[in-house]
Amino acid sequence: MCINKIEWRIIKDRVFLLLLIIIALVSIVPLGFILYFLIIKGAPAINWEFIIAGPKPYGISGGGIAHAIVGTLILIILAALLSVPAGLSIGLFLAENRKSKLAYWVRLGVDILQSIPSIVIGIIVWSWIVKPMRMFSAFSGGMALGLMMLPVIVRSTEETVRLIPYSIKEASLSLGVPYYRTVLKVILPAGLSGIVSGILLSIARIAGETAPLIFTAFGSRFMNLDIFKPVESMPLLIYRYASSPYQDLHTMAWGASFLLVVLVLTLNITAKGVCRRWCRKY
Amino acid sequence: MKFNGDNIFSGYLRLSSLVILLILIIILLTLVWDAREAILHNGFGFFTGTTWDPVRDEYGSLPFLAGTVFTAFAALLLCLPFSFAISILMGEYYRTGLFASIMNTTIELLAGIPSIVYGFWGLFVFVPFVRNIQISFGITPYGVGIFTAAVILCFMIIPYAASIAREVINMVPGDLKEAAYSLGATRLEVIRHIIIPHSISGIFAGILLALGRALGETMAVTMVIGNNNVFPSSFFAPANTMASLIANEFAEAVQNLHLSSLVQIGLLLFLVTTVINIIGKIVLNRLSYRE
Repeated sequence: MCINKIEWRIIKDRVFLLLLIIIALVSIVPLGFILYFLIIKGAPAINWEFIIAGPKPYGISGGGIAHAIVGTLILIILAALLSVPAGLSIGLFLAENRKSKLAYWVRLGVDILQSIPSIVIGIIVWSWIVKPMRMFSAFSGGMALGLMMLPVIVRSTEETVRLIPYSIKEASLSLGVPYYRTVLKVILPAGLSGIVSGILLSIARIAGETAPLIFTAFGSRFMNLDIFKPVESMPLLIYRYASSPYQDLHTMAWGASFLLVVLVLTLNITAKGVCRRWCRKY
Repeated sequence: MKFNGDNIFSGYLRLSSLVILLILIIILLTLVWDAREAILHNGFGFFTGTTWDPVRDEYGSLPFLAGTVFTAFAALLLCLPFSFAISILMGEYYRTGLFASIMNTTIELLAGIPSIVYGFWGLFVFVPFVRNIQISFGITPYGVGIFTAAVILCFMIIPYAASIAREVINMVPGDLKEAAYSLGATRLEVIRHIIIPHSISGIFAGILLALGRALGETMAVTMVIGNNNVFPSSFFAPANTMASLIANEFAEAVQNLHLSSLVQIGLLLFLVTTVINIIGKIVLNRLSYRE
């Protein structure tokens, strides 16, 4: 053999690294294509009318997706109202009782809730709210999204509070502050930025959800502020317009996709920024 | 027990935590209750029947079970090399620096794009592309189908599998690696004989969690799989998965039995993803205790 064994091993090592880098770079390609098409086809669709006008009747060009933007906002607010208080208290409980038996089961429960496919969440909320009320409604959509937000908030709250050093808590307790006031006035403010960024991340997670809304919020072609009526949301609008035969609607769906991705990414970046700027390192 | 602020407060925290367990139990009961009619009517034929015909009250879900399993596992196989490469590069070779931040951004963007956008992009860009390839190979040019859905799903689960595997690879103790280096091992040998054996269970858990996600993914799959309620005849044929069937038919179902059968499929999906996730989480928890 003309190449000796050590050189052969080194060559193998180099080839392996090269292969890894090539494969990893290939995985960027689809992302590039998705972003490219979103920008090429989506960005031109967006203008002032697109954002502030409601839909025109089928066949007439123009119009916008204001009803879907408002609907998405309503759904997000409802979901946040339903899930943030519960998420915070459960997260606090888990962080304060790390080793208890109940905490173990609750943690498992949070994991299971997070793993439920979104379409199944839709069925459940349909059965809880839509069926008895005999009406698709924004409220049921918010409930579905809230169920999906809850585990994310619990987890981020737990992790934030867990990282707050015990000495801060002890300092407060040693001054004779009761435990509950310590939690509310010392621990929560100390972890506030982490908690806020967790909430933003959870909103980013649900803003693009479609599956649980198909048979809860249902979608509508009108601007609607009543939470007990069906509302449109941006993902639902993309789904509906994509399956329609009209070229105009496809263009609008591209615009809506672009807006949606921008919204989700902005939320993600803001969440990171909040944390980088204000999360205290102990 | 005194009624002071502390007791009330910790009681409240305990109660709110119980709520989550309560919610889960109610979810399970709801699904079983709504599916009871279908469970009684369909019997075991639900799992073996290949005809899904609401008009004749025949509900066999085998085509959808097959569609789900095929798409999910194909996506998993496709994503393995990518997730593996990304996790090794980011966990071992480039923990910081330009390359790490490029890959980090890629993964975060891939994970952040909503599934409906994947589906929409797939339908309008990727499906025509696949159709052209199929024409040039002389396969029936559906464009949509199991293969297309698997590729789109693969993009979506790469970040999950990769980020879990990366964390596990990061956790491999430095002294083990250094011991191997000091004996003259190359980096490849360290990876093969130290890092992978040490983190194999974590990598496995990451794959399981990614599988759980692939099984339940709805919108992207619904838009590119072709929604055909028959047993898939080939890897490129249009089919339907459990999740996409529910998305398509639930809002339009009128008969109780039809609705109930759809809920039964949802129940099955719920149970399968729950079991997969619990196994994955238990494996991961074991790992973090070991450290």
